[in-house]
Amino acid sequence: MTSAPVKTQYEAVIGLETHCQLSTETKIFSSSSTTFGAEPNTNIDPVCMGLPGTLPVLNQKVLEYAVKAGLALHCQIAPYSKFDRKQYFYPDLPKNYQISQYDLPIAEHGWLEIELGGEDGAAVKKRIGITRLHMEEDAGKLVHAGSDRLSGSAYSLVDYNRAGIPLIEIVSEPDLRSGVEAAEYARELRRIVRYLGVSDGNMQEGSLRCDVNISVRPVGTEKFGTKVEIKNMNSFNAIERAINHEIERQIHALETGERIVQETRLWEEGSQRTISMRVKEGSSDYRYFPEPDLGPIEVSPEQLHAWHAELPELPAQKRRRYEQELGLSAYDARVLTDDRAISEYFETAIATGAPAKPVANWVMGDISGYLNKQKLGITDIGFSAANLAKVVLLIEEGKISGKQAKDKFAELLEGKSPDDLFKGEEKLSDLAVLEPIIDQVIADNPKELEKYRAGRNNLLGFFVGQVMKQTGGRADPKLTNQLLTKKLNA
Amino acid sequence: MPVKLYLSTYAYQTMIDQEQVRKVAHLARLELTPAEEVQFTTQLNDILDYFQQLSELETDTVEPTTRAIDVSNVTRRDQREPFDDREELLEAAPDREGEFFKVPQIMGGE
Repeated sequence: MTSAPVKTQYEAVIGLETHCQLSTETKIFSSSSTTFGAEPNTNIDPVCMGLPGTLPVLNQKVLEYAVKAGLALHCQIAPYSKFDRKQYFYPDLPKNYQISQYDLPIAEHGWLEIELGGEDGAAVKKRIGITRLHMEEDAGKLVHAGSDRLSGSAYSLVDYNRAGIPLIEIVSEPDLRSGVEAAEYARELRRIVRYLGVSDGNMQEGSLRCDVNISVRPVGTEKFGTKVEIKNMNSFNAIERAINHEIERQIHALETGERIVQETRLWEEGSQRTISMRVKEGSSDYRYFPEPDLGPIEVSPEQLHAWHAELPELPAQKRRRYEQELGLSAYDARVLTDDRAISEYFETAIATGAPAKPVANWVMGDISGYLNKQKLGITDIGFSAANLAKVVLLIEEGKISGKQAKDKFAELLEGKSPDDLFKGEEKLSDLAVLEPIIDQVIADNPKELEKYRAGRNNLLGFFVGQVMKQTGGRADPKLTNQLLTKKLNA
Repeated sequence: MPVKLYLSTYAYQTMIDQEQVRKVAHLARLELTPAEEVQFTTQLNDILDYFQQLSELETDTVEPTTRAIDVSNVTRRDQREPFDDREELLEAAPDREGEFFKVPQIMGGE
């Protein structure tokens, strides 16, 4: 017998470059609108078009949002920062250079924490380093006439509405090891910018775009393998699948002695694979130099302090608090904090004294189910957090059953008050009312009583059912059981 | 501030050779004849020599800077002021098609 050869184990080394559009009213260096989906070339002006004699001026909101994002990512904010010109020739760029930041980005050396793990398994936390965060302008959009493919077009049409839209580029350290980790990193980044209100993080509209750098190496080696860049993923799932595919492809190449080329590859959603993209010749030499039209940025300690004070509680902090102070599971904490509005709804409800777990169950169960089905946000429904708290308290105090509450869910969603909805519906636990009803039920069913007393204990259910019928389901089940058992055995 | 003045890196080089001129021309998408390459190598070296005079100055105690005017934090309010002559911008371009700017084919065929 021969033993199987020991297979080399590989690990992936992954870093992400994320471009995130800031939710400002106007462009980064000019006063044109940033509205998505406008008619082509309506949001343009001489500055973003780079016409002679114009001067860019930095939008103060862009600086504020970039600094807040940097602070939320635990970065050091540069006391002195500047803009640079990145030169390349491509018609999506009206000036033939992009205003970006090169050697003195606004923020550096940060981290964010991702949390992985299933519903039953324990959550695993991992800290992912942030190399840098810088401000830059977006480019325009090319529409290729005559063909879907770039190379088949006779000419291209350009829409510069997007040129000059403010972006932050966030570069991670190569700390990610799998598609799942990378997708979760991107999700956490989106949660953070959404919590901050600095970006809508909409991937379909291109507000959040992730490029992946990935290489593989045998486990235990220090040296990085040849790095490949993947672009064109427009969902978190696509990021995960593209990385998983690319890891497979690179390991296969290594094992068959094929050379891995340093290149940019595109994720093809249709075929679920990455394909090699034509390399832009000489594109690596961007000849950065300081942007002479824009002065440097020096964020004062006072300003920094003021912006820091405006930061909301961030998702990772909330998750920790929900687990440690409210006693919720890691899973519940993660689901409730995914969306800031949902977490605020939940917190408003428990602030009135309603217990956390039942409120969490309502929010994550029926309410979220309804919102997802109807594609609504938590603020779109009439069921207020205060009303949810009332319903949960009525159930907890034993005044109504969970079933009664669920039966009125539609009315609750419309905004009807639990006080009105459940008036006269409270559980019947008044002995003076309940006892005569029970006595009557027993008196009306002598045969069943006889059988019960002869040992057919399961007939208790029959009597409970009769009492429920007589009371329209309002009889307190616990009390009914107690009274019936006592009287039947008397 | 730790800002490097980019021109100075060139100024310290005594010579730019024809190979570098070719590279710069390529980056600028300029097609030069061999005669022009020679001509520009000479001219660029003359310019660099001229800048070289700056290195005679004692700058050890001077903070490097990227600019002559000492202002920072020039920003504007995030307030819309749409440009009202879109037509003029479209007309100013070499070519257009309707509401789009029109540019030549970007890459050659396969």
